[in-house]
Amino acid sequence: MSKVVIIDYGAGNVQSVRFALERLGVNAVLTNRADEIRTADKIIFPGVGEARSAMDQISKNNLHQVIPTLKQPFLGICLGMQIICSFSEERNTKCLEIFEEKVRRFRVSGKVPHMGWNTVNLKPSLLLKGITDNAYFYFVHSYYAPICEHTIGSCDYDVSFSAILEKDNFYGCQFHPEKSAQNGEKLIQNFLEL
Amino acid sequence: MLSKRIIPCLDIKDGRTVKGVNFLDLVDAGDPVEQGRIYAEQGADELVFLDITATADKRKTIVDLVTKVARNVNIPFTVGGGISSVEDAYAALQAGADKVSINSAAVRRPELLDECSANFGNQCIVLAVDAKFIKGEWIVHLVGGRKATEVRLYPWIKEAVSRGAGEILFTSMDHDGTKNGFANESLKEISMMVDVPLIASGGAGSKIHFKEVFERGQADAALAASVFHFGEISIPELKAYLEKEKINVRIN
Repeated sequence: MSKVVIIDYGAGNVQSVRFALERLGVNAVLTNRADEIRTADKIIFPGVGEARSAMDQISKNNLHQVIPTLKQPFLGICLGMQIICSFSEERNTKCLEIFEEKVRRFRVSGKVPHMGWNTVNLKPSLLLKGITDNAYFYFVHSYYAPICEHTIGSCDYDVSFSAILEKDNFYGCQFHPEKSAQNGEKLIQNFLEL
Repeated sequence: MLSKRIIPCLDIKDGRTVKGVNFLDLVDAGDPVEQGRIYAEQGADELVFLDITATADKRKTIVDLVTKVARNVNIPFTVGGGISSVEDAYAALQAGADKVSINSAAVRRPELLDECSANFGNQCIVLAVDAKFIKGEWIVHLVGGRKATEVRLYPWIKEAVSRGAGEILFTSMDHDGTKNGFANESLKEISMMVDVPLIASGGAGSKIHFKEVFERGQADAALAASVFHFGEISIPELKAYLEKEKINVRIN
C-alpha cells in the first residue's frame, strides 16, 4: 500500500484533509519530518493561514530545502499552492520557487476574501480526469497566482487566476478539494492514482 | 461565476437535531451527522451547526460534534452556539470546522472578534446576530433571541466587521418561523453597508423567498432549517428552480 504523507506544520485544514483521505480509504501520515516526507509515495501540502508564518514554520524543519527536491507527486492546497510559487505579496514573503509566478492580493470590486463555490475551466490533465469542464470547487482566499503556462484550471473573480497549477510532479490547487464535494473527491482520488 | 449558497442549519441539543419555531418550542428531527451528510449529497453548499446544549463542558461537546461532522461531510461547515473564547474557537477549528460563528459572546465582549481574527484570519469568523424590529429600530437580542439588549443592529454589524468578522449571519426574529419570506429590506441595507459576505436567515417558507432574498435582499447565502428538515422544500428542487430564475447556483 502506498504511503501518503500530509505535511503537518500547524496549518488549519490538516484534519479536514486527513478526513477526506479517510473517506477514500487512505490512512495518511501526518508529519513535519524530512525523512518521512522523502520516503512517501504521495505528498499533500495543506494550508490555511498566512504566508510568512507558514514559510517560517516549514523552514524550522528544513522543509524549504527538502520540498523543491521531491520527485513524487506533490499537491499543494490553497496556501500550500501559493507557497510553492516564487513570492507572495502577503507580508512580502519569499516562497519556494517551484512555480515562477508571484502571488498577488485581489484588488477587485467584489468582496475579499473570495469565498464560496466558483466554476473552474479545466485543461486536460491526469489530475482532472473524469471531472467536467466548468466544475464547481470551494474557494476561500484573498491572494491568487496569475494565469501562466502551468495553469491547468482557471477561475474568474473580476480577474482570471490560476485555480490549478501543474509542473512535472508538482500540483497546486487554490480551492479546497477536501471541501469540494464530489468534484474535490474525484481530484484527490486522481492524485492518489498518479 | 461565484454562486449563491444554500445553507441548511441544524440546531443541536444533546446530540440531536432540533428546530425551534420562533426559537421556543423544540421538535426532534434526527441525527445531525447523518442529516449533514445527506444534505451535502443533495447539493447543500455549506452547513451550519448550532449547538444549544447547556453543559458544564461546552467545549468538549462542540469538539465531539465537529469531529464527527468533519469525518463524514465533504462540504464546508460552521459551528456555533457556545464559542465564547479564543480557546473555544481554536478547539473547534482544530477539530475540523471551517468557520466558527460567534453571537452573544461578541456582544458581551467585542474584543473577542479582534482576537479570533488575529489568530485564525477573518475568513473563518462569522458574526451571528439575532435582531427584532422594535419601535422603528432593529435591536440585537441574545441567548437564542430571548434577551433584548441596548445594542442597535447596523452600528453593531459595522463595528463587528471592522473588528474582524469575515461574514455576517443575520437572523430576523420577526421573520423567523413565519415562513413569509426573509427580511429583504434590512438585508439589502446590511449588504450595501459591509464588504463581507452576508447570510440571510429567518423566514424561508417557499422557493420564491430564496429568489427574493438573493435579488432584493442581495444576500450571498440563504440559511433555513425547518423547510429543509421537514421536506417542505428539497435542495435539488430549490436549486433547479433558482437556476431557471437566473440565479447563479451550484448544480454539478
